[in-house]
Amino acid sequence: MLKQLEELKSNALKELEAVSQAKDLEAWRVRYLGKKSQLTGVLRGLTKLPIEERKQVGALANRIKAGLEENLEQKSRLLKQAGLAATGEGVDITLPGRPYPTGRLHPLTQTIAEICDIFASMGFQVVEGPEVEWDYYNFEALNIPRHHPARDSMATLWVDAENEKGEKNMLLRTHTTAVDTRVMEQQSPPIRVVMPGKVYRYEASDATHVPMFHQIDGLAVDKNITMADLKGTLYEFARRFFGEDRKVRFRCDYFPFVEPGVEMAIECRVCHGAGCRLCGNSGWIEVLGAGMTHPRVLERSGVDPREYTSFAFGMGIDRLPMLRYGIDDIRLLYGSDLRFLRQF
Amino acid sequence: MKVSLKWLEQYVDIDLSPAELADKLTMAGTEVKGWQAIGGDWENIVVGQIVAINPHPNADRLTLPAVDLGTEQLTVVCGAPNLKVGIKVAFARVGANLIDGHSGKAIKLETAKIRGVSSSGMVCSEKELGISDSHQGIMVLAAEAKVGTPLADFMGDVIFDLDVTPNRPDCLSVVGIAREVAALTGQKVHLPDAGCDEKGAPIEQQIAVEITAPDLCPRYSASLITGVKIAPSPRWLQQRLLAGGMRPISNVVDITNFVMLEYGEPLHAFDYKQIRGKKIIVRRAEEGEALVTLDGTKRLLSHDMLVIADAERAVAVAGVMGGADSEMTGGTTDIVLEAASFNPASIYQTGYDLGLPSEARMRFERGISPELTIPALRRATRLIIDLAGGKAAKGIVDVYPGKREPEPILLSKSELKRLLGVEFSLEQIRGALISLGCDCQAAKWASEIRVIAPPWRSDISLAEDLVEEVARVIGYDRIPVTMPGGAVPQQNPAPILGFKEEVRRDLAGYGFYEVVTYSLTGLDLLEKLLPEAHPLEPEPLRVLRPMTAEQEYLRPNLRANLLVALEANRRHEEGGIRLFELGRVYHRRPNDLPDEPEMLCALLAGPRFDQSWHGGNGPVDFFDAKGVVEGLLSRLGIEADFKQGSDESLNPAQQAAVVVGGKRVGVVGELHRKVTDAFDLAEKVYLLEINLAGLLPFTLEHKLFQPISRFPAVVRDIALVVDAGVTHRQVTDIISGFPLVRRVALFDLYTGGKLTAGKKSLAYRITFQSPSQTLTDEAANKVQQKIIDKLAKELGATLRG
Repeated sequence: MLKQLEELKSNALKELEAVSQAKDLEAWRVRYLGKKSQLTGVLRGLTKLPIEERKQVGALANRIKAGLEENLEQKSRLLKQAGLAATGEGVDITLPGRPYPTGRLHPLTQTIAEICDIFASMGFQVVEGPEVEWDYYNFEALNIPRHHPARDSMATLWVDAENEKGEKNMLLRTHTTAVDTRVMEQQSPPIRVVMPGKVYRYEASDATHVPMFHQIDGLAVDKNITMADLKGTLYEFARRFFGEDRKVRFRCDYFPFVEPGVEMAIECRVCHGAGCRLCGNSGWIEVLGAGMTHPRVLERSGVDPREYTSFAFGMGIDRLPMLRYGIDDIRLLYGSDLRFLRQF
Repeated sequence: MKVSLKWLEQYVDIDLSPAELADKLTMAGTEVKGWQAIGGDWENIVVGQIVAINPHPNADRLTLPAVDLGTEQLTVVCGAPNLKVGIKVAFARVGANLIDGHSGKAIKLETAKIRGVSSSGMVCSEKELGISDSHQGIMVLAAEAKVGTPLADFMGDVIFDLDVTPNRPDCLSVVGIAREVAALTGQKVHLPDAGCDEKGAPIEQQIAVEITAPDLCPRYSASLITGVKIAPSPRWLQQRLLAGGMRPISNVVDITNFVMLEYGEPLHAFDYKQIRGKKIIVRRAEEGEALVTLDGTKRLLSHDMLVIADAERAVAVAGVMGGADSEMTGGTTDIVLEAASFNPASIYQTGYDLGLPSEARMRFERGISPELTIPALRRATRLIIDLAGGKAAKGIVDVYPGKREPEPILLSKSELKRLLGVEFSLEQIRGALISLGCDCQAAKWASEIRVIAPPWRSDISLAEDLVEEVARVIGYDRIPVTMPGGAVPQQNPAPILGFKEEVRRDLAGYGFYEVVTYSLTGLDLLEKLLPEAHPLEPEPLRVLRPMTAEQEYLRPNLRANLLVALEANRRHEEGGIRLFELGRVYHRRPNDLPDEPEMLCALLAGPRFDQSWHGGNGPVDFFDAKGVVEGLLSRLGIEADFKQGSDESLNPAQQAAVVVGGKRVGVVGELHRKVTDAFDLAEKVYLLEINLAGLLPFTLEHKLFQPISRFPAVVRDIALVVDAGVTHRQVTDIISGFPLVRRVALFDLYTGGKLTAGKKSLAYRITFQSPSQTLTDEAANKVQQKIIDKLAKELGATLRG
């Protein structure tokens, strides 16, 4: 009996497949699902079967009935649509739609927004500062006095303008860390901010250098901020930005405005730590510099380093989309080429 | 800095692989950028000794040297001209990997028959071993090489390339790196024996030192050696210098450089006979004083610069470069050796002003410790006596006006915990500091220690510095991972931030691609925006020493860069182009930082839609640009007035100033033909520009909900005929002024045809609605008639028949 039912089902579906007109569909319905159909007969005759068999046959017959009804409905919809198309009321749905112009945000804008979102969810507020800055905020306040060798690593573009004393000490900020002191002068702790923006260096353009690029700095000041918190914050950022299973490295490094200082690197995506051309054979890609804000920097900004501790970090932004999308020339980011911009 | 592992191993025992050592140093702050293994692939190459040289039976230029390899003796064919019986050589057995001396390609050595004689092996040149390009003859090894030992054991090495951070001048030396390695691996540093017999007369009788500028020279030490013989230095010394990236010159000069690489203290050797008056004076240069330096250039000095002088004249620019007059020559026999400490800022400025980079300057300007002078001086004096002969004067001259007693630093367990977020025991802390050479004493409280940093660590002065030392020796990976506790600070984001994001997204939604261009631009480009040339007013801010003329000025607008971008894209884009940039422009303010308002600028050119079967791909016009401004503002809930504009870069007939609340916040219009020509654009280009900083306050106005009327609206269409000079705005101002008018929309504009010349027809759909009752036809008619009357009276409008 069960085998018979299965056979019935496959015959019915085969015939349904072949149906192409509404009237044939009705005939099919009568044949397989009508009052006098075999299936209806089986269901009616169930009571005559032994109880064990009754259960099995009943379940299968009902399942087949439901299945066939569903198939019927679907077929009927298809036939109706085909009919509409034939009368000219339907459309060729493969024709292209109206070409509304589409635009896109620059990959750097997208990256900055993504980074800011991640830090915002950890309670960091976005703050911006001036791009044309005083020597004081860019260097002096950050423990980089004149003649400090750290100035050499940040070739500076100076602006041809004077302050009130007639000194030419205006520059294009070389890092967004310049905003740190301004924030601490304006807000009192607890402070948690991220500071994205453009920075400038006296550097000729090539595939890895441009005279203007983007950075984001972060600063937290509170009573119990520790380096462990810095680690936690940056690891969480790395997890969300680079992915769950990217290894992260935290090593000692030097920046004049922090002590202790840190450099964070992520495992190279190409070689997974084995060393390749992308990571300069180290297996790691340096992502950011960080550390506990130097007590002299806190003091100068009006924060008592005996009462408060603070961490700070700074990260180049341009490399992030370059790493993510495999962009091999930084100048593409500033080239305004639509063939490039359409890809993001 | 490049450091040889072999050299390093002379001062500290190392049982780590190069990779492990590199990792330890990198993690602790001195990044190993890479390392190169010399001899890593020297398998099957051993030290051999030539025991006989027989002639080749079939070739005059070839010989058949017999080489003793300890376990066996092999005879091979060789063409080198410098073979001698008894010399030690590098011998490659069959199977060795070599560089072909002629082609430079890597080869694997096989047995070969050369002019009829079989040769199973090879005596190698430096080039064949990959050490240098020298292929003149075979490489002759030092006599102490032991026959039979693998060559890699005898002269293999690993050269580390280190990135020393600017705070660690002590690590610009092999001893400094050895100290790091020792601290990180629990080893001890052993320094070379630097004592020497001082057989000469007391130094005070032969030379005097005076410092007249103690602010620029805290310490000056000197030794004197007479009767030296200048000659080339031994090979081992030359190799050390070459590995450190320095060129060997002669024994005494090489020793000063060697000791600088070894101890980190730059030394300078003067020819004693050229020191007039037997006196060294460390003083500021006279204004306008001149000195010919070692490189033969005459340098003009200033009063800020420190010189080393004798009784009559300057003989060196202190810490930067020596003078030619007192230079070591082949005939020099007596030398004064200087080891001094100079003010880092002064060295930086002098080196910068004179454009003289040097190894010495790099070390001095990072602030090496004045305590280094004596050990380095002793070491160099000893080496000179050992390698160049002569005898040392008794004693050392040491003038030390800047001497400071070391300041103890108090470090507590709780300070470490406060900064690091992890608790270390006092034992751990003490252990880490002692391994670095710190002197740790008990302090008043049991949880504190009194620390005196080692004399070579000029960078340690605060408890925070010690915290870093402890953390990096114990390991940054021991610091736990936590999140900042405490209350999340109040958030008060600046409204401009969200506003910028909204505008960007809107523009992308209107089909514009965002670009980011350089804030620095050229005067040429800015002048292209002017149809009639005139000086830019106000003058844009200029950078001093611009890299190129194209990057000389801070942009006062976003237009120029965008037009360049449009032109560049037009070379490969046929369809419509829509670009925008949102960023800052810079306007000078007297004696202050410039104003940096956030601006939006967008350009449209080409067809409105891409070519498609739907048609509608006509070119964009003024109203596309205006529509974007209207759309943007309407979504922000801002109503703008479009007033006749006067922007010189735009077509005077098709431009409007965007005015909000009586304030000009932007402009929209067609670029002036002369401007598009100047940018090589052969099409009409439309621009919109909005000062977001200026517009922002209007977006912050408090909005109130308008109740939605429950009563049906009455819609009426009217077609008016007016003089061509009457504007749409004049008409809608009148219509909207009546009560019950909810909306006015222009749906047709018509000129020509049956209309009288000078007239135009405007058709409006007016929606009437009352907030409080169902409007009757009569009521609507009444208002409509009043409207028509007023339009007739004020604008001379008639209804179109």
